[in-house]
Amino acid sequence: MRCAMAVLLVLALAYVAPATARTVTDSAGRSVDIPASVTRVYAAGPPASILLYVLAPERLTGWPRPPRAEERPYIAAPYRDLPETGRLTGRGDTANLEVVLRDRPDLIVDFGSVRDTYVSLADRVQAQTGIPYLLIDGRFEATPAALRLMGEVLGVEPRAEALARYVESLFAELEAGLAEIAVDDRPRVYFARGPDGLETGLKGSINTEIIELAGGRNVADPGDAAIRRGITDVSIEQVIVANPDTIITWDRNFYQSVWSDPLWSQIPALTEGRVWLSPTAPFGWIDRPPSLNRVIGLKWLSGVFFPERFDFDIAAETRHFYKLFYHVDLNDEDLDRLLHWSRGRPAN
Amino acid sequence: MVPRQAGELKPGLALSLLALIVAVMAAAAALVGPYPISGEQIASAVLGRLGGQRDPSLGQVETILFSIRLPRIGAALLVGAALAAAGAVYQGLFRNPLVSPDILGVSTGAGLGAAAGIFLSLPVIAIQGLAFATGLATVGLVYAVATAVRGHEPTLVLVLAGVVLGALAGACISLLKILADPYDQLPAITFWLLGSLASIQPEDVMTAAPAVLLGLVPLVLLRWRMNLMALGDEEAAALGIDPKRLRTLFVAAATLMTASVVAISGVIGWVGLVMPHIARLVVGPNFNRLLPASMLMGAGYLLLVDTLARTMAETETPLGILTAFVGAPVFIWLLATGRRGW
Repeated sequence: MRCAMAVLLVLALAYVAPATARTVTDSAGRSVDIPASVTRVYAAGPPASILLYVLAPERLTGWPRPPRAEERPYIAAPYRDLPETGRLTGRGDTANLEVVLRDRPDLIVDFGSVRDTYVSLADRVQAQTGIPYLLIDGRFEATPAALRLMGEVLGVEPRAEALARYVESLFAELEAGLAEIAVDDRPRVYFARGPDGLETGLKGSINTEIIELAGGRNVADPGDAAIRRGITDVSIEQVIVANPDTIITWDRNFYQSVWSDPLWSQIPALTEGRVWLSPTAPFGWIDRPPSLNRVIGLKWLSGVFFPERFDFDIAAETRHFYKLFYHVDLNDEDLDRLLHWSRGRPAN
Repeated sequence: MVPRQAGELKPGLALSLLALIVAVMAAAAALVGPYPISGEQIASAVLGRLGGQRDPSLGQVETILFSIRLPRIGAALLVGAALAAAGAVYQGLFRNPLVSPDILGVSTGAGLGAAAGIFLSLPVIAIQGLAFATGLATVGLVYAVATAVRGHEPTLVLVLAGVVLGALAGACISLLKILADPYDQLPAITFWLLGSLASIQPEDVMTAAPAVLLGLVPLVLLRWRMNLMALGDEEAAALGIDPKRLRTLFVAAATLMTASVVAISGVIGWVGLVMPHIARLVVGPNFNRLLPASMLMGAGYLLLVDTLARTMAETETPLGILTAFVGAPVFIWLLATGRRGW
């Protein structure tokens, strides 16, 4: 009798728990129950929106901030018009929970930090809205794992696998190429941010991961013992002392003005003409935000740092990457506009 | 007693009217939001919850109503009332209409705690706890400094100590902002310092409400003595009360109320400074009526502003910005048309 009851109970449980639901373990180690088919996903911040756009744009409910006019040609037609949905990351969220729920997402995804604040935030929002909330590790090295995890969640494993392989083969190619280059032969890179170029990312921050991966040495190195790894303000004197032979930036104003600025003129990067302006559409190539957009930036930067070793045809590579990741066929005009300055400043 | 002028409401009637207005506003606020919910759906969801059974067809509506909208309305009422009450207490205590609940550094102190919590990537509950604790600790420190200094003017020394330590806490916040990660921590700190009820949860309201009520008890019990405090220390002492002890008690109560709401809402300016003034214009300076009037106005005002914050655009607007934009014109108009002195 008891046995029969148990069987009935098991059957009842098996019936109640629909065969459709699944459990996923996210990067923070949280077990999250998600529906079998995930058709609408809310991106909690800009990095997550790019991860989702790359994998399955039709599932995206909107952009944390709508694409700007100059970014629109580089996003596939139906998706550039998705609505603005705000950010849900951190206490500084601009998202309105009712708006999030009105879009009826099956899932909320955040891509980036998996520290305690974000874990508790995810738990809170999940409890409050009843919508499963996944946290995905956003470090650059973890990109292939993030693609595979989200591919499984979204049920687009083949595409995720193809993209993950692309990233892995790039990582492997760079690693193999860089292994033969002595540390002293690597460029000393200063990452200039802001209109005056006096804001930089310290070595080890998520904003500058790309420099080391591409084989550069970040001159803003606070040492191994430093507790802070973020963006910082520096003085021109510190830049001169750091003596960078290469400067990278995404700020157009800085790039235009630095060539004629007497304060910068004696820095080796300027005397050797090695200042590089990164493309920023539809997403930045260096950071801004730190997401999959950095993959093409990594390819470009490695070629900038070591033109002999990594002689990528950046125009062809960009066209391929934008097709594969961003679902757009670039025409020559858009491609030229995008890459205009990325080859460096023409000698005059 | 200032003679009442023609056309003015009796204070009792004014209070009842205010309470009615706030209640109507709260009901109206439950009806509006980006997620369309009809009045019938709200009624059946509320009746269903009271009756202990749920209407399965409501699903999402229940979540919106009970986990998001109603807690937020409750939080707006609670935070607004607490800030306005604290403002009324401080303004009476220091006999100065320019005093806000932050005069002794409670919000700046709480802001420092929250910034530190965000900087250290602590869980949300720890950030709130740290904000509450540093808010109280800052005022405690101000009090300790003022007691140690012992000037001729106890209130002046107290205010000066509050200004100095508040500035110090402000400098520490700036330092943390410089050090914080600009991608996820800096916007969080900035947004926190501007105040928002966007991520309010039912538990937040349940945790803050008892602390606010606890702070309210001495204010209500000793409301008559507050009027004596407004006469100044010597007069109050001559009338047989101990101004020092009473001041400590009032400051502690107002600080507790402010710190507990600031911990869940972030720093919201304006309400504590301006609402007591408007209340004074309506019901006069008698603390017995000023306290409830301030609280009702603060609650109603913050409810109005927060409802705007969550319905105006698809994304949230920080309350610190809206309170000033909505409040400044109203305040100027009241100043221009007001007939009563302070």
